[in-house]
Amino acid sequence: MIRDITIGQYYQTDSTVHRLDPRVKLLGTLLFIVALFLYKNPAGYALGLVFLLTVIKLSHVPLKFITKGLKGIMIVLVFTVLINLFLTPGTAVVSFWKLTITYEGIGVALTMLFRLTMLIMGSSIVTLTTTPNNLTDGLEKGLGFLKIFRVPVGDVAMMMSIALRFIPILMEETDRIMKAQLARGADFESGNIVKKAKALVPVLVPLFVSAFRRAGDLAMAMEARCYRGGDGRTKMKPLIYKKRDAMAYIILFSFVVISVWIGRWSVISGFFNSIYSSFIPK
Amino acid sequence: MPLILDHVSQVYNADTETPVKALDDVSLVLPEGQFIGIIGHTGSGKSTLVQHLNGLMLPTSGNVYYNGKDIADKDFDKKDLRKHVGLVFQYPEHQLFETDVFADVCFGPKNMGLSKKEAELAAFDALRKVDFPTELYYASVFELSGGQKRRAAIAGVLAMKPDFLVLDEPTAGLDPVGRYEILDMVSALHKESGMTIILVSHSMEDVARYVERVIVMDRGKVAYDDTPREVFTHEKELEGMGLGIPESTRIARMLKGKGIDVDPDVLTVGEAADSIFAAVTGRNK
Repeated sequence: MIRDITIGQYYQTDSTVHRLDPRVKLLGTLLFIVALFLYKNPAGYALGLVFLLTVIKLSHVPLKFITKGLKGIMIVLVFTVLINLFLTPGTAVVSFWKLTITYEGIGVALTMLFRLTMLIMGSSIVTLTTTPNNLTDGLEKGLGFLKIFRVPVGDVAMMMSIALRFIPILMEETDRIMKAQLARGADFESGNIVKKAKALVPVLVPLFVSAFRRAGDLAMAMEARCYRGGDGRTKMKPLIYKKRDAMAYIILFSFVVISVWIGRWSVISGFFNSIYSSFIPK
Repeated sequence: MPLILDHVSQVYNADTETPVKALDDVSLVLPEGQFIGIIGHTGSGKSTLVQHLNGLMLPTSGNVYYNGKDIADKDFDKKDLRKHVGLVFQYPEHQLFETDVFADVCFGPKNMGLSKKEAELAAFDALRKVDFPTELYYASVFELSGGQKRRAAIAGVLAMKPDFLVLDEPTAGLDPVGRYEILDMVSALHKESGMTIILVSHSMEDVARYVERVIVMDRGKVAYDDTPREVFTHEKELEGMGLGIPESTRIARMLKGKGIDVDPDVLTVGEAADSIFAAVTGRNK
């Protein structure tokens, strides 16, 4: 029941995308998202989609797993599309009651739909193909320059990796406690919302107790291994750029530059604009 | 009412590249009144198996029947099944949540729809059965020792008055004295009330002393299902499963191998001592 939650889920397999340095993937996602917001015409989005699908294909992660992440933000997605559809001023297509759908609204709504969907899919690719530990390592190293501004990057990265590490443990614990209470006749499904919330007390209390116990144990274990945080900590598997990472960077940058150029190129944009405006009645 | 498992299989992560077959074609009949030990190495599927007994998990293929009804049926009353089949999880003290012990033990019977008074009577009865110290009935669960917490948690399941009591590693993390106290208590429950006990363990010592039937699990399959004596004749195979036989049985067999006339099928330290004593005194005469 609890296993349906997919935050930070990692899909175990071996692929080119899995083997890439996490810094490449993080920077890549960032650039991809920026690019998505720079496109001005459908050609840009089409290129972005092709790029995204190629990466998904290369990652060997079934498409099902990636679209699963979309389910969680379905409400946000529908809401954004509807708001843009009805509240963008412009030439009316249809209007009923107090609501008006405009040509401009359809355009903006479709753009937002593509942007958000691709944004979510693009970022799920990173978490699906990178182990949480690798991800924090990548962040720690990638954001290392912030140390100049006295940001404790190492400590923050440690906190993040502990937090990420605890997600599956606590989920498993929740599952176990829920089952133990079910075995004692607890009922989590029936009743109204107040009753359902009350039914969670027998799960939440032991869960908090166990989280505190685990945190205490972990702190003790870290101290016993002389953890003192701060600089100079070495890694067992330090991140080193390989040839494939350089290749990935080249492909990535060229994709972003080319697609943004095409996506904003006045000739192409003008072409699409003329098609678009031919729909709008004068 | 017997529990019947008919060709039950359970597969985890079926839709990924690494599916795990936790149970592989398990067929068992668990009649009422027996004291059964389920034994297996870590990952042999024993914990998965017991979760099928009260409907917490449903088989991916195969069927589980209670009272002649398939527990996977839509109209099957799982709550009623859980009243009859009490399951005590590993480290059951982690499920305690109420402000005091007595209130926590009342949780189960209250869920079964008993009135406050009936629930309290059932809780009182259960706490007495597990020899819980009277002066601690209203203590906070955080004030208790490990063994006391374990007893309180077992009482929480016992208070529902189940016909089957399934205990998953009830002695895990306890010291030897605490272990035998818990096991003796469980054994007394079986003798006094005729309750069916299913004891899950990875320790042959624990199981050999008490149970009348041993089910050995190995990689999701039932490897043996027989009396302890019969099962322990497969010493080599058991070692291959990472299990081995009780120390006392092993020593008796070694002595037998050296030509001393002891019973090679002893199960407990007491039996071994008696048998060795008889052999030695017999020879001296």
